[in-house]
Amino acid sequence: MSTISTLLRWAPLALFLVLIVVFSLNSDRFLSGANLAAILVQSSWLVAVALGMNFVLLSAGVDLSVGAAMYIAAVAVGLGLPNAPVWVSLLCSLLVGGIIGAVNATLIGRLRLPAFIVTLALLFVGRGVGLFFSETRVVYASTELAKFGRSSLFDIPAPLLMAAATLGLAWLLLNRMAFGPYVRSIGADAEGARRAGVPVKAVTYCVYVLCGALAGIGGFISFSQTSAASAAFGQNSEFLAIAAAVLGGTSLSGGRGSIWAPVIGAILITTVQNGLVMINANPYAYPVITGSVIFVAALLDSIRTRTQARMNRRTVRPLTTVTETHATASS
Amino acid sequence: MTGNAVRLEAKGLSKSFFGIQVLHDVSLEAVGGRILGVVGENGSGKSTTMNLLTGVLQPDVGTISLNGAPFSPKSRRESDQAGIAFIQQELNIFPNLSVAENLFLLNPPTQFNGLPFISRKRMHDDAQTLLRRVHLDVSPSSPASTLSAGERQLLEIARALAGSAQIFIFDEPTSSLTAPEADRLFEIMQQLREGGAAILYISHNLEEVLRLCGDVMVMRDGRVTLRAESAKLTPRELVLAMVGRPIEALFPEPRRLDETPVTVLEVSGLTTPGFLEGVDLKVGRGEIVGIAGLMGSGRSEFARAVFGLDEYTCGSVRMNGKVLPSGDVKARLDAGVAFLTEDRRHEGLMVNASIADNMALTALPMFASGVGQPIDRKRLLRAIVYIGQRLRLKSGDVTTSAVNSLSGGNQQKVVLGKWLMRNPRLLILDEPTRGVDVGAKQDIYRIFAELADVGLAILVISSELEELVGLCDRIHVMRRGELKTEFRREQFDREAILRAAFGQSSAA
Repeated sequence: MSTISTLLRWAPLALFLVLIVVFSLNSDRFLSGANLAAILVQSSWLVAVALGMNFVLLSAGVDLSVGAAMYIAAVAVGLGLPNAPVWVSLLCSLLVGGIIGAVNATLIGRLRLPAFIVTLALLFVGRGVGLFFSETRVVYASTELAKFGRSSLFDIPAPLLMAAATLGLAWLLLNRMAFGPYVRSIGADAEGARRAGVPVKAVTYCVYVLCGALAGIGGFISFSQTSAASAAFGQNSEFLAIAAAVLGGTSLSGGRGSIWAPVIGAILITTVQNGLVMINANPYAYPVITGSVIFVAALLDSIRTRTQARMNRRTVRPLTTVTETHATASS
Repeated sequence: MTGNAVRLEAKGLSKSFFGIQVLHDVSLEAVGGRILGVVGENGSGKSTTMNLLTGVLQPDVGTISLNGAPFSPKSRRESDQAGIAFIQQELNIFPNLSVAENLFLLNPPTQFNGLPFISRKRMHDDAQTLLRRVHLDVSPSSPASTLSAGERQLLEIARALAGSAQIFIFDEPTSSLTAPEADRLFEIMQQLREGGAAILYISHNLEEVLRLCGDVMVMRDGRVTLRAESAKLTPRELVLAMVGRPIEALFPEPRRLDETPVTVLEVSGLTTPGFLEGVDLKVGRGEIVGIAGLMGSGRSEFARAVFGLDEYTCGSVRMNGKVLPSGDVKARLDAGVAFLTEDRRHEGLMVNASIADNMALTALPMFASGVGQPIDRKRLLRAIVYIGQRLRLKSGDVTTSAVNSLSGGNQQKVVLGKWLMRNPRLLILDEPTRGVDVGAKQDIYRIFAELADVGLAILVISSELEELVGLCDRIHVMRRGELKTEFRREQFDREAILRAAFGQSSAA
């Protein structure tokens, strides 16, 4: 039992090391300090989005609309508030993302629709709404926002600081407030949580609002970095976010995972993308590689879930005495 | 508060489910400083009564009062807040949370006065105190998934101690405890009792009940049949009060039997660590063999292993002399084994589909001339109608009426029909008449007898002792994953069978 779970725990890290070796053998720039720092900065937006996704996955749900939320947030900031100060833009992104999350939460909670269907619909509707306002043209960030995206405080780039702040907030919620155990108890057994007195409906609502809001932050970070949002801005990020959380060890079947999972996973995925650029891989190979990473993440999770389920089965007689009688019987 | 006041009192509780009355006029008193033992067979109404007291269910008739004031809880939460701690048989431990998080899921100790930030340190310390009270030697920060079943039970008890409850209801708390763990629990119960708490203690261990409890009440068929001080009672009297009335004419005439029927199913030494231990069993042609035992004794696990749904580590299953590999359902189906699960709504039926679609499901390949060939719908429908008639299925058009429009009894007939379409040689029935009303039961029993008469081997698992006694040629008793005693029809003695299921020696 323990050997398998230990192996599984370290599998993503081993994968990570293998990739680093492969990349550094094929590119002398990959392992440079500047590039490693760049990877961290590049991963900032994904860290924020994956942190939100992590809460949803922990509650045994899923949110496919985060990419759409990112796009709408960028469109709202770029077109709606071209001259606003940076903090207003940030607030606006949070709000827009939170509203999309609230729409998800309401449809899931009130109409009792499966999260998969609701958020899949929002994926298309959300992007459609964004495209309606942008008229499919590229949306540009204000000079002030673009400057902010490239600024730094004490030599730490702003995107990284924002990701760190998001991490701090998520850590508080998950590890220092009743919200964390609530979410995880719902993910393990929603009916059991209800019987134990957990306010399941309210917590689930908050989880989707939180995920939407963090997707809004992710959109804000990415928009300020690239200072432009094309019609495909944020596309596929729902899959990257889910893969990041799962690769880090959060389970797709709910309840299991930590605050560090999405962070590690997001950095891992960004490293792969960065490394592919560094070794001048064929750009058409990117989706193949990224897709394989997602597949590996899901596979590891499925194996983990099965071993866990076997370990948690209730027995009808004490296990120890059985093995003892066995040992004596067979000897 | 004085110790000997009546804390919780129920008067004339009755409850029906879907028109079937499961509780008749049940009254009880839980007195401060005393332990009341509650015993009875599975389905005798103990759990329903406790669910009424704790707000999980609401009574149709009858009143409850708490410390003298009327009390009608609408949810578990309400009774929790009123100071009733209910330690359920079905554990409510979240394996993915830590021990401390499980203990303080709803009311974690906070810091910075009023801010909702958990104080890890206080949570850790408080958890340690509670764990020490139940002598549970685990770290508060270790995940609950690392705990054994017994330790989880102790954790559940520690959670109940965390509040300020003055009334405790223990529903079979010792079933997953080792002997030393159970002793710890009894110690805690005595401490609570001396502290003036009122305790209700449900258990299948009769000696334990007599030793621990001041008073005992026995339930049968939703009624209280005996209420006395335990000092005046013996285990034998308790068993008698549990068994009760004679068998009604619900069952078919006893059948004449071959002295040595040809063996169809032969199970030997079946073992799954934690579930089954060296189970031997034979079922012959035309024989009906029953397995009695309490819920959680491993009966269903046994059936699942025999049918290949779960793997086993040792032993063998033979059909007509041929060994079937562990965990291979396909091999069982090919050998003519049919399995009616205890959960027919979730595992046995597509409730929204028509009767014909349900019955056709497992037999479809037999109505096509080969893989990829079209199905002969006419022949299929003829077979379905024929079997429906044989089962005396009361329904509308079999091709249009959905299964969920049928009564429980007719639904069970559809499941049975589904398997009969395949011409099985062995039927494994797990709780075949659960949720079936009395009239339909009689019908189903007669069908089973007819099937055995034409040579089917039948293995019945049931919590209803009367059903087994009325139907079977032989009865085995399962206890803690072991098949203990065998009774032949002429030796059937419900008292003796029940004693074997409860683990009482026949001398008691």
